[in-house]
Amino acid sequence: MAAAILLRRTSVPFTSHIVDPPSRDVTTTPAELLTFFRDMSVMRRMEIAADSLYKAKLIRGFCHLYDGQEAVAVGMEAAITRSDSIITAYRDHCTYLARGGDLVSAFAELMGRQAGCSRGKGGSMHFYKKDANFYGGHGIVGAQVPLGCGLAFAQKYRKEETATFALYGDGAANQGQLFEALNISALWKLPAILVCENNHYGMGTAEWRAAKSPAYYKRGDYVPGLKVDGMDVLAVKQACKFAKEHAIANGPIVLEMDTYRYHGHSMSDPGSTYRTRDEISGVRQERDPIERVRKLILAHDLATAAELKDMEKEIRKEVDDAIAKAKESPMPDTSELFTNVYVKGFGVEVSSEV
Amino acid sequence: MAAKSLREIRRAAAAGIGSRRCFSGDAAAAAAAAAGVAEGKVGGGAGKEVNLFTAINQALHIALDTDPRSYVFGEDVGFGGVFRCTTGLADRFGRNRVFNTPLCEQGIAGFAVGLAAMGNRAIAEIQFADYIFPAFDQACLRYRSGNEFNCGGLTIRSPYGAVGHGGHYHSQSPEAFFCHVPGLKVIIPRSPREAKGLLLASIRDPNPVVFFEPKWLYRLAVEEVPEEDYMLPLSEAEVIRKGSDITLIGWGAQLAVLEEACEDTAKDGISCELIDLRTLIPWDKETVEASVSKTGKLLVSHEAPITGGFGAEIAASITERCFQRLEAPVARVCGLDTPFPLVYETFYMPTKNKVLDAIKATVNY
Repeated sequence: MAAAILLRRTSVPFTSHIVDPPSRDVTTTPAELLTFFRDMSVMRRMEIAADSLYKAKLIRGFCHLYDGQEAVAVGMEAAITRSDSIITAYRDHCTYLARGGDLVSAFAELMGRQAGCSRGKGGSMHFYKKDANFYGGHGIVGAQVPLGCGLAFAQKYRKEETATFALYGDGAANQGQLFEALNISALWKLPAILVCENNHYGMGTAEWRAAKSPAYYKRGDYVPGLKVDGMDVLAVKQACKFAKEHAIANGPIVLEMDTYRYHGHSMSDPGSTYRTRDEISGVRQERDPIERVRKLILAHDLATAAELKDMEKEIRKEVDDAIAKAKESPMPDTSELFTNVYVKGFGVEVSSEV
Repeated sequence: MAAKSLREIRRAAAAGIGSRRCFSGDAAAAAAAAAGVAEGKVGGGAGKEVNLFTAINQALHIALDTDPRSYVFGEDVGFGGVFRCTTGLADRFGRNRVFNTPLCEQGIAGFAVGLAAMGNRAIAEIQFADYIFPAFDQACLRYRSGNEFNCGGLTIRSPYGAVGHGGHYHSQSPEAFFCHVPGLKVIIPRSPREAKGLLLASIRDPNPVVFFEPKWLYRLAVEEVPEEDYMLPLSEAEVIRKGSDITLIGWGAQLAVLEEACEDTAKDGISCELIDLRTLIPWDKETVEASVSKTGKLLVSHEAPITGGFGAEIAASITERCFQRLEAPVARVCGLDTPFPLVYETFYMPTKNKVLDAIKATVNY
């Protein structure tokens, strides 16, 4: 079964800006589809669990959930390698999982524990994974994009034939620094892919209220762009594969992923004051990335509905176990307050007067 | 952050409020006259008990109501903002005067300066003080144009400070950065009543103002706030507790911590004089100097990291003015020189116990 190659057309055609779009025909395998289903389901379950942990006050502070957008993280990862770099904003839990991060360190970080991927010092918005070139979660809207272009510069300089995917939202697309970063990247032909995860709301403001042109894939002007159905994991995979090749050969490209977040912007936003419940349930019914893959699996008889249900049950247990394990991890040592501020032995020690 | 100490501050504020002189900048006087606000009548009326975000909300309603050239804008302010400070404004004054901006802090600040330069009152919100850095280089217009232009109608509101669990990007206190910009005014209120009066004065002040609101107190601090239009003076510190052994200075949410410390040390027979600086630049050196001349000792306390914090400026200025009357080195109880931490926030913070230790050390020097 695993060796079989399946050919699948993307749900909608790619729309492109000053570049020929890639083919709509995507190759996949039964094993890949089952992996997609599993990975996205783990992410979904993790975010729902994070929601509960937040409400139970085990996660404090600021927390932004990714459920609905899973196909972007999973499809992108399928198209690239861990030598390629990814950098994103504060909605970063699932990107971390996609880069190979494990559930225990994710939950531990969310709860500010030692076993967390940033040793409990970053929290929800600041996940990192160096060995997989995940340059993290960033707390300031848009600020990660120029940084991503710097990563791409280093890759080009080292002639690594790798690329950087710098993710941002439709809200961040209106930040001036994006255009500065695009100009530099285009000027120096950096292997940078600017990925706009367009979930249609910048915090509580609809895209059309904030952007004169919500056609984000065209916003690079002299930089090519591609609009992708970000709820179709195969389309995301195809687009990212294409974008990586393009970026290494020619310089930057903008990918606009048409996606949707089911939760509000953050935990303080119920997500229903600026959009209708019908809109949310409509997307769930018609475009849900996991349900699409489930249908595909069932249509090709790659697994039975019962087998997929069992897998989901297993995932639920896996997530619960990870939470239990993360809870066992102690808080960071109090001395950690003073570590990682300066490099030791270079004439500076952290001082505190009181 | 005991409710008790806030109540104490509230009483002190209520006691002192009638004696304050009215703010009398040109624009303020004009705006006050237009609104029928009698000079000298500064928030003397009775009001309802409200929290800090509601007091801010009242001030914004009044500001928009009394000056047709005033505008409120920022990220998500249209539906009330993340801290509900702008609730109801869009419904009452319409989308032409109260509107959401795209997420672009530099754009918001630059746009606000331009709007103000055309003679309007631009009341911009930066959603968290931590997001203000991309907006940094949009500042003073008056000096470089030889007064040809100015952006005096500009007020930037932004929630600052710790909130218990905000982590690095939702907790910082960046006031000292802005105190390094001649031409700006930097205001931080300590309570709902103060917030309303100081915000209205800031909006009507003919200079650009950065107004930091203590987000920890948005819901926590509750006191009686006059419903009417009133202003509190800028650049005027307030002695909120008289004492003779040591002067304590702070601003914003830190006042509640200092107030508690005052009460605790009083039990040990130490009499603290507590000053709310209220305006950081240009600050009221005279009031502080008079107090330190009397007590001979000074302690400054703020949440921002100690090195390069505004406490350093106060310490230097007061040492210069009161050198021969100082009986101990100026003490600073501030945030640690670490990035604002996610875990162990309480260790980072200038807590009551740290203040108590420093008071004792200074008094017994």
